[in-house]
Amino acid sequence: MSAPAHIASDAIGKGTIALATRQLSKSFGSLVVARDIGLELPVGARYALIGPNGAGKTTLINLMTGMLAPNAGQIFLGPEDITALEPQERVRRGLARTFQINTLFAGLNALEAVTLAVCERRGLSREFWRNVAVHKEAIDEAHDILVKLRLGEACYQPTRELPYGRQRLLEIALALATRPKVLLLDEPAAGVPPEESGDIFEVVAGLAGDLTLLFIEHDMHVVFRFATHIIVMVGGAVFTEGTPAEIAAHPGVREVYLGTRRHG
Amino acid sequence: MAVAARMGVEPVAYLKAQTRWRPIETVFWLATLLPFFFLPDYLQLASQIAITALFALSLDLILGYAGIVSLGHAAFFGTGAYAAGLFSKFVWGEPLSGLLVGALVAGLLGYATSFIIARFRHLALIMLTLGFGLLLGAAANSASWLTGGSDGLQGVAIWPLFGRFSWDLYGYTAYGYSLLLLFLLFLFARRLIHSPFGLSLRGIRENLLRMPAIGAPSRAHIRTVYTISATMAGLAGALIAQTTQTVALDSLGFERSAEVLIMLVLGGAGRLYGGLVGTIVFMIAHDQFSGIQPQYWYFWIGVLLIAVVMFLPNGILGGLSAIAQRWRAK
Repeated sequence: MSAPAHIASDAIGKGTIALATRQLSKSFGSLVVARDIGLELPVGARYALIGPNGAGKTTLINLMTGMLAPNAGQIFLGPEDITALEPQERVRRGLARTFQINTLFAGLNALEAVTLAVCERRGLSREFWRNVAVHKEAIDEAHDILVKLRLGEACYQPTRELPYGRQRLLEIALALATRPKVLLLDEPAAGVPPEESGDIFEVVAGLAGDLTLLFIEHDMHVVFRFATHIIVMVGGAVFTEGTPAEIAAHPGVREVYLGTRRHG
Repeated sequence: MAVAARMGVEPVAYLKAQTRWRPIETVFWLATLLPFFFLPDYLQLASQIAITALFALSLDLILGYAGIVSLGHAAFFGTGAYAAGLFSKFVWGEPLSGLLVGALVAGLLGYATSFIIARFRHLALIMLTLGFGLLLGAAANSASWLTGGSDGLQGVAIWPLFGRFSWDLYGYTAYGYSLLLLFLLFLFARRLIHSPFGLSLRGIRENLLRMPAIGAPSRAHIRTVYTISATMAGLAGALIAQTTQTVALDSLGFERSAEVLIMLVLGGAGRLYGGLVGTIVFMIAHDQFSGIQPQYWYFWIGVLLIAVVMFLPNGILGGLSAIAQRWRAK
């Protein structure tokens, strides 16, 4: 086991890998939800994470972002081992995520919510003696993010009153406000009608090229259109990974992903 | 920028407008001066109201803005009261330094307990704050050699304010002193909630789970606001000790914690003025009802509380602002 680990650290050390995991494992009692997961996401790559329900995709994101603690294994952001860091410390180092179920600030409007995230990143959030409006640059930055995500006109509306599709975009806007190097998107278009989900992925595809992306998605059209690389998970483990062409040609993937019985 | 311009509001201007001082606020604060001229017999009551309003304001900072429910906030009020009372008894009676001591001791206690508070939410938090409150109440009772126990702290002697204004029987000095401090701390609280820190507090209230995902150190924020709130509650306690020249055991009792929570909910949490309005309504009702049927006055408070929670879920101020909005829309 030490040989692959050594190889992994070489690649991580060169700075071409944005996010990596090594022998990452997690179980709840006898239920194994992550088994020996070793991944390397190169800088600027767009990875899709696919697999049947219960394959451990969201669990993997929770482990990477620190919302769950692994039983074993390590997580690297760039060259740094972040396994022991708190979730907010990982975010400040450039690892952001969105949630499958909207996890927003219902009573704040979009401008306030994104300004909040920008102020946190800029280290202004401990300042309690000055009006937030004096931080013009932070507010303009928040507004620019909202405009980029087509939320400019809706930014004064309370979040709870926004249409569902816009709330999905606000999920992404909040993550972008942290200026991530790596962005993990947990089903960014979940619950959005198929004709609108393309819009959300257009926005995702338009993000800066040096941003490393990992997204969970069930719609294979979307996956093959936007991903440069695909990871297939089954039963808490990585089943296979490769380019879209390799995955499309892989004999086992279709059966596994559709949940039909495997032969042999 | 183009979009905002089309809507006629720039983001910065919008956020600034959210925080501007409204004419109704000037009216409110001018109205607080009326008792000096028209109700001199009620100045002692007015002073108690101002002090309790400051206490409610301190609770609003944690409950209304950061979503921290407390049933033991009187722990800080009482600590401030005893600290200021004992300071005047054993050190000297100068009021401003006594005020500072009361606030400081309560603030330190708040800071120490904030490390536990920041780890819990909801029911656990209610039970924890309740537990701290009960614990402190019992400790003050058993330390009767120091606190006077159920007889109250005797021998509190406060020197004239600024060496000039003595503590008259009517309560001109007491009300002026309490009102001035309420106003100054209200300005402080108002500034705080409109700051980047205040925005983070609202984020904690709206969705604690999301906060780490935007890189926010929620627990550190909670510790800070809890300490500030405890300091403010301690200052209110110190004021009550100084203006009444005694400290009763019930100043850190459960009943006081529950009452201040009722006042805040009556007025409307998370609006700054809610605590002030709720306190005024509650204490005037107390004064009036207990004149009619002193032993049953909680019955009427119960009725009032149920009616407000059922029909005005955002409190009296929430109801008033809803009416004002509907009226403006017409």
